[in-house]
Amino acid sequence: MQHFLELFAEYAPLFVEASWVTLRLTAAALVMAMVGGAVVAAMSMSRVRPLRWLATAYIGVVRGTPLITQIFIIYFGLVAIITLDAFWAGALALAFHNSAYIAEIFRSGFQAVPKGLTEAARSLGMSRTKTLKRVQAPLALRTTLPVLGNQYIIAVKDSSLVSFIGMTELFQTSRNMAASTYEPLTAYIVVAIYYLVIVLALTALVSWLEHRLSAHRRPAAA
Amino acid sequence: MSEPTNEQAAQPAGGQDGRPMVQMRDIIKKFGTTTVLDGIDLDVHEGEVVTLIGPSGAGKSTLLRCVNGLERITSGTIEVDGEQLSYSEKSLNRLRARIGMVFQAFNLFPHMTVMDNVTVAQREVLGRSREEARSRGAELLERVGLGHKADAYPDNLSGGQQQRVAIARAVAMDPAVMLFDEPTSALDPELVGEVLDVMRQLADDGMTMMVVTHEMRFARKAADRVILLADGGIAEQGPPEQVLDSPASERGQAFLQQLNEG
Repeated sequence: MQHFLELFAEYAPLFVEASWVTLRLTAAALVMAMVGGAVVAAMSMSRVRPLRWLATAYIGVVRGTPLITQIFIIYFGLVAIITLDAFWAGALALAFHNSAYIAEIFRSGFQAVPKGLTEAARSLGMSRTKTLKRVQAPLALRTTLPVLGNQYIIAVKDSSLVSFIGMTELFQTSRNMAASTYEPLTAYIVVAIYYLVIVLALTALVSWLEHRLSAHRRPAAA
Repeated sequence: MSEPTNEQAAQPAGGQDGRPMVQMRDIIKKFGTTTVLDGIDLDVHEGEVVTLIGPSGAGKSTLLRCVNGLERITSGTIEVDGEQLSYSEKSLNRLRARIGMVFQAFNLFPHMTVMDNVTVAQREVLGRSREEARSRGAELLERVGLGHKADAYPDNLSGGQQQRVAIARAVAMDPAVMLFDEPTSALDPELVGEVLDVMRQLADDGMTMMVVTHEMRFARKAADRVILLADGGIAEQGPPEQVLDSPASERGQAFLQQLNEG
């Protein structure tokens, strides 16, 4: 145990640094994936049939292939066309992957908004866009938040796969540690602790947001 | 209002003399191959309160939903306050801003406070300032007896309270006509009265109203005209006593008999 703690402390600066890389990588990917997911969700609910097909095909491909192959294809595919470092290639690959799942989450959220509420907004003369902005989107966000939080957590953990295209993020750091200490078990337990802390923090953040956004479901304070 | 007469002045509840607020001509509505409305002609005049009654499946709600374009008619014409209903986004929005609608399921926006519910469309659609919208909202919430609930969320209100807020939300837009689609059908019996009171008050204030209802007491007390719909057509219409007490048509008599037995 003493030995473990010593190693943990010795490698802490490297892991803290790598945690930031993992966080930045995941955050960049998720920001893109939220936009991408919204676009794909809009396509999948569009009245234009080819757009719906495109969305279905995209989601099918993402769900039907392993993330690691998607990362490799995007990395080797994009690097052939444009100059791209491993960070952005990884972020793009993760965004590509998560967009599909987030699109499905958004779509289910929108479909869960009672039709009567949309009708009520439209009956008041609110345009499609205003109805979307003031009624559908806020309600969809509230119902999807827990599922979205879950997807964020998966994304944090999935980002470990980006180590395979040469990103020194958390997981790569543990591989390096394993290689130099010849103590793989210790190295992977250490990295597990870092992931766990990040995920727990994220979970707390999502719960807090959920709580804030569900004021309408709590009994009145008065 | 174009030709105010003494009678109108004395009786603001209105009648069939005011100018037409809603004009429906030869309305046909089909869902697939089923004809739900089969050639309806109907005028509702300014200040008039019309209740639509009839067996379920007669097309009452569909007729109402056609007036503000929630349902698209298959053929015919609808005019509201002199403007013809068309289905372009712009013209629909403009017309709907002038037509209040109250639903069976209340349909309050659950993520907004009561005050936000009654102000959101005033601001987004009519472009009223926050202060203007809130002061109009407060006035109407007061009028439906819920001034003290402005900061509550819909989920914390009873069904009757929610429906009164929904009425305030619609009236806040200063509509030319109000549509009520079975406004008390989802309510516990003891809560029906408070909603009907608000509706009757609105009728007394001269609001033009079309009300789909099963509440014969309301039809009797507040309506200028009762229309009995059956099989997609108007089976019978006239003053409440006439339609409800001595219907001339066979279908009118059959419906009434059902009511009395039930």
